[in-house]
Amino acid sequence: MVSLSHYLILAAILFAIGMVGIFLNRKNLIVLLMAIELILLAVNINFVAFSHYLNDLSGQLFVFFILVVAAAESAIGLAILVVLFRNLSSIDVEDLDTLKG
Amino acid sequence: MEFKTILFYIFSTVTVVAALRVITARNPVHAALFLVLAFFNVAALWMLLQAEFLALALIMVYVGAVMVLFLFVVMMLDINIERVRQGFWNNLPLGALVGLLMVGEMAVVLSGRYFGLANLPPQNLPADYSNTKELARLLYTDYAYPFEIASVILLVAIIAAVMLTLRSRKDNKSMHPADQIAVKAKDRMRLVKMAPEVELPVAAAKEGE
Repeated sequence: MVSLSHYLILAAILFAIGMVGIFLNRKNLIVLLMAIELILLAVNINFVAFSHYLNDLSGQLFVFFILVVAAAESAIGLAILVVLFRNLSSIDVEDLDTLKG
Repeated sequence: MEFKTILFYIFSTVTVVAALRVITARNPVHAALFLVLAFFNVAALWMLLQAEFLALALIMVYVGAVMVLFLFVVMMLDINIERVRQGFWNNLPLGALVGLLMVGEMAVVLSGRYFGLANLPPQNLPADYSNTKELARLLYTDYAYPFEIASVILLVAIIAAVMLTLRSRKDNKSMHPADQIAVKAKDRMRLVKMAPEVELPVAAAKEGE
């Protein structure tokens, strides 16, 4: 029988893969955004699994709201990416040093 | 082994492999397509968890809208892959260390007997139970206010995305409605005062011939 901890460990693995993706793709902003999507997906799996095993639908509603926020985030992120590429002709994170931070 | 367990392992294996390919794929288009695969498998997992509405919403919203947007942007930009891939594996030791540490800690916490997570029984819903109906009932009663905030967030995202990428071109021939409405008659027609035309003297006209 599949228990709650199976789903939680799967979500933890996905979350870790997303983290490693952020470490690896330091130069590619698009894959960085995709890694963030993976992390959000892992969180959503946690919510749905808890909602199922605790028999409480609030978890699924939270997934609904996370989907809204993630869609807004990726739309604005990609718009910023397009503007960035138009100005710099590059999507390397290390080129984003105009503020000299 | 129960059939649902086999399905769980198949879907989760494909999800993990697809996620690994997302972060290591050379071509960003391939990464986006592997992310689509991961989303599909997670949607199948949610079906196993009896969250049918969210599983379908994930496919429609994520695969149908967000990932198409990603593919659109990836194909529009002309990325120099060689430069992007420079020093790709340099960060792997640190990243793998952090990732393995996180998975290890979570596995110790979650799989142990300490939290009694394995003992939670899965819910057995009646056959005529409608996940979508129950979600809608909650969404429009208890969560009506967050629902409206979510719609405002989406509206802000639309406007932000349009305004960020909007640019006025030099050869733009569009008109401003406000200017058109505020136009006055004297802007359209100009009265010019000029001296009346003088007739040439006869002698000068003859020289011209």
